[in-house]
Amino acid sequence: MPVIKVEHLTKIFGKRPKEALKLLEEGYSKEEILKETGNTVGVNQATFEVEEGEIFVIMGLSGSGKSTLIRLINRLIDPTSGNVFVDGKNLSKMSKEELRQIRREKLSMVFQRFALFPFRTVLENAEYGLEIQGIEKAEREKKAKEALELVGLGGYINQYPSQLSGGMQQRVGLARALANDPEVLLMDEAFSALDPLIRKEMQDELLDLQERMKKTIIFITHDLDEALRIGDRIALMKDGSIVQVGTPEEILVNPANEYVEKFVEDVDRSKVLTAEHIMKRPETINIEKHGPRVALERMREEGLSSIYVVDRQRNLKGYITADDASDAKKRDVKGLHAILRTDVPQVSLDTSMQDIFDLIHDSPVPIAVVEEGKLRGIIVRGSVIAALAGSEVNMENA
Amino acid sequence: MLNILDKIPKLPIADLVSDATDWIEDTFDFFFKPVRNQFGPFLEDVSGLLQQIPPIIVIIIVAVLAFFVSGKKLGLATFSVIGLIFIYNQGIWEGLMDTFTLVLASSFFAVLIGMPIGILMSKSNTLQSIVTPILDFMQTMPAFVYLIPTVAFFSIGMPPGVFASLIFAMPPTIRLTNLGIRQVSTELVEASEAFGSTFYQRLFKVELPMAKKTIMAGINQTVMLSLSMVVIASMIGAPGLGREVIRALQRADVGSGFVAGIGIVILAIIIDRFTQNLNKQKGENA
Repeated sequence: MPVIKVEHLTKIFGKRPKEALKLLEEGYSKEEILKETGNTVGVNQATFEVEEGEIFVIMGLSGSGKSTLIRLINRLIDPTSGNVFVDGKNLSKMSKEELRQIRREKLSMVFQRFALFPFRTVLENAEYGLEIQGIEKAEREKKAKEALELVGLGGYINQYPSQLSGGMQQRVGLARALANDPEVLLMDEAFSALDPLIRKEMQDELLDLQERMKKTIIFITHDLDEALRIGDRIALMKDGSIVQVGTPEEILVNPANEYVEKFVEDVDRSKVLTAEHIMKRPETINIEKHGPRVALERMREEGLSSIYVVDRQRNLKGYITADDASDAKKRDVKGLHAILRTDVPQVSLDTSMQDIFDLIHDSPVPIAVVEEGKLRGIIVRGSVIAALAGSEVNMENA
Repeated sequence: MLNILDKIPKLPIADLVSDATDWIEDTFDFFFKPVRNQFGPFLEDVSGLLQQIPPIIVIIIVAVLAFFVSGKKLGLATFSVIGLIFIYNQGIWEGLMDTFTLVLASSFFAVLIGMPIGILMSKSNTLQSIVTPILDFMQTMPAFVYLIPTVAFFSIGMPPGVFASLIFAMPPTIRLTNLGIRQVSTELVEASEAFGSTFYQRLFKVELPMAKKTIMAGINQTVMLSLSMVVIASMIGAPGLGREVIRALQRADVGSGFVAGIGIVILAIIIDRFTQNLNKQKGENA
């Protein structure tokens, strides 16, 4: 069962939401509704599910409704229509008291500009969620300290937020959210106010924490690189609607429409694509059957200067070059063993493109993509460049 | 044609207000009477008690408090000592104690009533739009006008002085409490809501602490306004330094008028610096 389930969730800002909702259901666009009724569609019939232990990223530009959407999930904003289920319970139908319980026990939030209480120390900030639940001092201090240790702030508990750097303040924000031991973390542009280096550090740390804690995380961002880095799945938003939901690869490789395509156009593909996406089917010869003559023939047919050598089970043995092969042919050498080279540049299926750059630069031969000793594909310079340019990506194996 | 305006008969506003005042006086006598009979003497007792303390001890206590309140600096303490010795020297010590008692009482009630109103106002736009013009009215109406009905309600002496000052001095506390709470950033309010705070938890753990500075600035203004009103209230028999001023006015006695005036200024400066420094203390460091 999904931890969070969102069904046709809609938020309309303005004085005549019912009228606007009707128009929306009839398929009018955001602009038309604004013109017709003066109301703004914040979130338009969003539907998705978030599984347990998943980092679900909601991404969109400013004004796309992502911040509204995350606030609809814990009902900081009341939806105009639609439902949000947390653990199967419908938040939209809850009384204030029930809602408060859910917020206290299941949903914690981390804010873009940290939203720390300036008159409280770091420890007191981290305690806040527990304090309002009426948990006694000793216990809440213990839990808050644990949470602060977890984010690496154990030594700062008596400082005030204003004495900390931005990155550290957001760690306090994270600790405050974790101290409650919630099932779901709602992170609203949590790292957007940090400078790029710190942001990357925090992303790594979040992934690290996630390894250990296995929370369900809904993460809002406008930064596609960030989304691709930390998201298990990404929902792309535009004008209040969710345009596409998918894994980072799916979004990049199979954009659902022109908007997504345009959005991912500028992305640094090298961070997302792996060897598996850019490798080509290799030309090979079989060491048990073929000799230099066949090798040379095949290389000439394909216009190659080298060729990979495998055995019957497609285990990679090495490669031979055209020069060596023609030399061997002249000297009438029979097998390939004598001219086999084994200094093979190889990577695995999930090696990122960034790592492939360094290898391919120095390598005279295509890079071998190897899985359990078997040759799965090769990568030539041309396919790396093509992938970076955003075309000709091989999805057969993905 | 030109005197068409004269055709409109004079509206009996003055009579209406007088009648209303009479009605209030009769109807709420159950409230005014104990205030007259109990609260008045109580205030006089407080003032009497203050006067019982030897002035030298009062001066020392004020000096020590001033030293600590101003963050262990000598300026305010020195000023307080010299100022209070001057007042004692000029023989207006009793007046000072009376005035101080009145300021204390009216500020206390102004804050006690004003803060909850300000809090309610910050939670409701409707209430804000109703209360704001009333506050404007309270502040722009010449202060003397309040004196007239209060005499009817509370006769003369300390209670009407406190009541008139209360009305005159309360608006800043209400306004700035309202403003302070409304200025708390949305993200902080959202944070407290997102963790499941109740209305009162949000108010006492987030909004009021965040608004503290603004509210304290309002209270400082309330105290200063009530000091100025307490002086005016001497016209209806409130004791204190104001009475000296009025007496001097009636006799065209420039000298003693000036002395009493200086006494008020000294008291005003001490009270002002005290409340301002209280506001600076603690809270956010750095």
